[in-house]
Amino acid sequence: MTVVERREIALVDLLDRLLAGGVVITGDITLRIADVDLVRIDLNALISSVNAQVPSPFEHLEEQP
Amino acid sequence: MSGLRYVYAVCRPLEAPLQVQLTGVAGAPAKPLHHHGLVAVVSEVPERDFAEEPLRAHLEDLDWLAATARAHQGVVDALTVVTTPLPLRLATVFRDDSGVRSMIEAREDHFRATLDRLEGRVEWGVKVYMEPERSEQPAPAAQPVPKAASGREYLRQRRQQTRASEDMWQKAETFATRLHGKLAAFAEDSRLHTPQNPALSGVEGRNVLNASYLVTRRASEKFVELVDRAKDDVPGLRVELTGPWAAYSFTGETPEEPGEPVGQDVPGEPEKPGEPGAREEPGKKA
Repeated sequence: MTVVERREIALVDLLDRLLAGGVVITGDITLRIADVDLVRIDLNALISSVNAQVPSPFEHLEEQP
Repeated sequence: MSGLRYVYAVCRPLEAPLQVQLTGVAGAPAKPLHHHGLVAVVSEVPERDFAEEPLRAHLEDLDWLAATARAHQGVVDALTVVTTPLPLRLATVFRDDSGVRSMIEAREDHFRATLDRLEGRVEWGVKVYMEPERSEQPAPAAQPVPKAASGREYLRQRRQQTRASEDMWQKAETFATRLHGKLAAFAEDSRLHTPQNPALSGVEGRNVLNASYLVTRRASEKFVELVDRAKDDVPGLRVELTGPWAAYSFTGETPEEPGEPVGQDVPGEPEKPGEPGAREEPGKKA
């Protein structure tokens, strides 16, 4: 087994943090707080559509009768 | 009104100045906006790309998302050199500077508490992969699996393959659980992320552990050593370390799903408890 340190940050590692972590300031859509318009977007759909493509680890086991 | 304000992070007033050429998303310079003793690091972004609707559309464009994420990370990364930033989630956009100020006012206590909690700490990412099967399954070209002479033979072969996979999975799970336990005990805090999709990561092997650990800068060297030493000799497993990151995963906004490190889909795991009486039991047999 090897421990690999990669110089360039992989996009998935970035997205794990930038889309799932970080301070969430508002809800999912433009909000009006006093005279302030806040714009936020919902990335959950994108993320879950990506996650939905993750194959089950046991596909090959499920094939058997 | 020229542009919107994209906010990268909130931090304490900087002791060292920001890099002069700190370029943010959309190419504009990122600058500190001081308010109530806190600093929001912001840059101007065009309304045509960052108003709600275009933003929503852009975020479905993986190239655009990647460029924006990298620019966001670039700014936050530069901040971690001079301070401990509290990173905001990607694409947090305000109408104007006064919008940013109001946001700071509304949350300043929370910001201060979180900044105190994270001060001097960084995040490390650790992932464990199962290498693509090879030891237990010789490459078909090198050693073609003999055609099953009979149904019984076929089933025997299948059972062998299945057992090998199960063994490997067992090993990976045991290893990942142990490693996570060790690292979590050393770190101040930890988070488990969803295992990564190989289609998106383009990385060989199944990701069985994808975790983040909050570690002080001072203890980071030891932490890295700890990960490094994890290269026991479990063949077929690979450990990957990323970081140091700003403490994205520890901003206090992601407490959901502290699931198990591996194997949410482990067969034989008990069914999720159904809500009792929530729905009718379908007839067992007509």
